[in-house]
Amino acid sequence: MYVAVKGGERAIDNAHAWLAEERRGDPSVAELSVAQIREQLTLAVNRVMAEGSLYDADLAALAIKQSRGDLIEAIFLIRAYRTTLPRFGGSEPIDTEGMTCDRRVSATFKDAPGGQVLGPTFDYTHRLLDFKLAADGEVGEVPTAEHADGSTPHIMSFLDREDLLQSEPAGDETPPDLTRTPLELPADRALRLQALTRGDEGFLLGMAYSTQRGYARNHAFVAELRIGAVAVELDIPELGFAVEIGEITVTECETVNQFQGSKTEPPQFTRGYGLVFGMSERKAISMALVDRALRWEELGEDNVGAPAQNEEFVLYHSDNIKATGFLEHIKLPHYVDFQSELELIRKLRREAQASSCDTTAGASGGSLSAKMKTEAAE
Amino acid sequence: MNMMNDPNAAHKEWMGLLAKAPADMLDRLWANFAAKPGHDYLRAPEIGGVMVRGRAGAVGAAFNLGEMTVTRCSIKLAGGTVGHAYVQGRSKEKATQAAIIDALMQTDMAAEVEAQLLTPLREAVAAKKSTRAAKTAATKVDFFTMVRGED
Repeated sequence: MYVAVKGGERAIDNAHAWLAEERRGDPSVAELSVAQIREQLTLAVNRVMAEGSLYDADLAALAIKQSRGDLIEAIFLIRAYRTTLPRFGGSEPIDTEGMTCDRRVSATFKDAPGGQVLGPTFDYTHRLLDFKLAADGEVGEVPTAEHADGSTPHIMSFLDREDLLQSEPAGDETPPDLTRTPLELPADRALRLQALTRGDEGFLLGMAYSTQRGYARNHAFVAELRIGAVAVELDIPELGFAVEIGEITVTECETVNQFQGSKTEPPQFTRGYGLVFGMSERKAISMALVDRALRWEELGEDNVGAPAQNEEFVLYHSDNIKATGFLEHIKLPHYVDFQSELELIRKLRREAQASSCDTTAGASGGSLSAKMKTEAAE
Repeated sequence: MNMMNDPNAAHKEWMGLLAKAPADMLDRLWANFAAKPGHDYLRAPEIGGVMVRGRAGAVGAAFNLGEMTVTRCSIKLAGGTVGHAYVQGRSKEKATQAAIIDALMQTDMAAEVEAQLLTPLREAVAAKKSTRAAKTAATKVDFFTMVRGED
């Protein structure tokens, strides 16, 4: 039986009007501007750009304002907007070696050529609440130092030269795109990396942590973590050559992992890779660990049955928009579905009662059963 | 890419500069630029996305990282010179200004455009980059190894 649900329009309109008022909060407190969110809640903006899969800080800031700071809701808004954009093309792969680094650290080489720079990091802070921030927003002078221009070589390239590291075959084929064709398994590494970079930070953190705790442990070292600006180049058909169309900030994490060797490969280090829009360090490290765990098959490792090795499990559950869409829809009207469940359970109860009546005279279905029968009669 | 042997190096440089320039700064400079020519749109400003790609392990096969917003525009000056723009973000004004500037750079107005528009933009971008690099350099770690005890 299908029952059309009507009559909620006014309630919905009124709910949305109230939502707008609640979003604004106490009108005696100054309203947040999109620019304030963009400039002062930068890491939230970065997360929305990364998982919304669209690099545009103003749009991400607007989405955060509209969603009252619910970042998954903001990501949803960005994903929806993204689908309305005509695609002008695919960029040349970004050259992260040419990055202007704000931060670059290595956990494997103290004296990394090019040096280690901390950048604006939370590391080494005491994680004590700073009540001065509640009082005023004044910042002191930031120290500066002499700097040299030029690109910073990847630390992995030094290990690569010694042939101690699994090589990374270059390729210029157009990679598969899960925004254009549905994600199908098995996924190649390009598809996995695309799914991971737009995946939910919390989910990837949990998956990565599980590998550290022993579920497909792969002994990751952060060979290099770098954050900074890179230019994006696009081939312009009208001109017949590629030009820079913008500059984006990305976080890149390269891990070097233990590997015993297999039937086909000599003992060598292997690598995991994380690359994420914005300053998104936790996400980039998580991505690198999960990328490495998912590579068990191509590296000839054993599948120990760990969740992080399970491509289907990871890739089909990492997208927070798919997940929240399916999860949250169960709060919406399911009256007809539930009605059929109700009918079924009544029928089962009747049958059970009928058969028990046959054996034990006077058995009762109880008051719930009686109540259901009354409702059904109405 | 070898800049020395690339006949389009200068063209690429100014298009890249315009693409990355802050929209408000370009707008201010453009407002003060006296010799604005008339133009016809070959392609009206259009907002779209470009899929940004990375490489697995920084050097390996390409993969799709995510999109960025880009606005493009093509114009033709009265003299017939065509200008194109692909600029970051969603500013149609910026895309139009960049396309006109691209066309002007291919005319005898190039020196004027270079002096009044591109040079200030280039200097502002360089100054911003340099300030950031100086702050970064101040966070460089100077490691020294502690002398270990007897056991």
